[in-house]
Amino acid sequence: MPEKSAGALAASRPEKKYPLPKISAPRAPRGTLYRGREGMWSWVLHRITGVSIFFFLLVHILDTSLVRVSPGAYNAVINSYKTPIMGLGETALVVAIGFHALNGLRVILIDFWSLGAKHQRLMFWIVIVVWVLLLVGFVPRQFMHIFGGA
Amino acid sequence: MSTAVLDNSPSVPEVIPTFTATLIIRRFDPEVDDEPRWQDFDVEMRGTDRILDALHKIKWEQDGSLTFRRSCAHGVCGSDAMRINGRNRLACKTLIKDLDISKPIYVEAIKGLPLEKDLIVNMDPFFESFKAVQPFLIASSKPDKERLQSPVERARFDDTTKCILCAACTSSCPVFWTDGQYFGPAAIVNAHRFIFDSRDEGSEVRLDILNDQEGVWRCRTTFNCTEACPRGIQVTQAIAEVKAAVLRGKP
Repeated sequence: MPEKSAGALAASRPEKKYPLPKISAPRAPRGTLYRGREGMWSWVLHRITGVSIFFFLLVHILDTSLVRVSPGAYNAVINSYKTPIMGLGETALVVAIGFHALNGLRVILIDFWSLGAKHQRLMFWIVIVVWVLLLVGFVPRQFMHIFGGA
Repeated sequence: MSTAVLDNSPSVPEVIPTFTATLIIRRFDPEVDDEPRWQDFDVEMRGTDRILDALHKIKWEQDGSLTFRRSCAHGVCGSDAMRINGRNRLACKTLIKDLDISKPIYVEAIKGLPLEKDLIVNMDPFFESFKAVQPFLIASSKPDKERLQSPVERARFDDTTKCILCAACTSSCPVFWTDGQYFGPAAIVNAHRFIFDSRDEGSEVRLDILNDQEGVWRCRTTFNCTEACPRGIQVTQAIAEVKAAVLRGKP
């Protein structure tokens, strides 16, 4: 089809319903979500928890540095951490750090242990089990602090 | 002889039952479509047929405009990598019976490379990074006969010799989807094939190339590549070995 050259294509462009958009729609609209397995989802969780921990650290450095500005302000901020909402935030923080730390060990083993890549799936489930065990120990105690006033 | 054997066979070969499979294919014609669109096709299939047979049936009997690549059709040439039910597979190695046929089968082009038409993507970026790792023997000596190698030395890189450059691994990599500069698993696999070859003298060059910001360190060990490889290459393992070699400074 020689008449369907690039030039003919370009000429047919203005006949379209709309003028050429300034901000074009995404070139590759939604395909299906790639169905990765344990490895991919562990990476997704690792990234989400990692970014969350980063934002926590940012705030944490700011609140700790307040003590040099004014101890009063520091105390006020630390007291606000004792509210139930911040208590739930702390729970989420431990959830995130727990996974990130354990999966981090898994990633280190994949890179530095010669059999790491072979056993990555088993290691992922070990990470999940240890993580859940940690949370089973921590979350009830934390909730007693927040809601029980103990 | 052969007829006699046939006559002696106890029963007529079983008729393989057929059923209607629904394929939903992501179509894109750059001359007509602004956006890719999903299109349904119903085809009579047997469980022993492959996705490639379904695509052939559609192209030959229903819609001749359906566009896809295939050459050998037997899992050797690596032309027909595509995303089948959300996972990268070769269409010629994926049997219908291994898929859930009670639901439609989704077929779309591999991700992360520019979509050209229907199931065809532009493979140029993929082959550029393949070339960049210098995938050929680099040797200074000129032996009179063959270059000798022990079976143990050969076995060291056996796994990565199996690559057919189908791009199933590279286009399954989340890092490659968002960062087209990343060399990608296939290029690293082919670098591995020479880095650990005892006859090769260019491993330093290759390790240097892959020590780049866009080299092996971009790997986030998601294992999508290992899962997608139609040749069963332990891709993430190979990348981990190259990482270790970069740290050591030698294979």
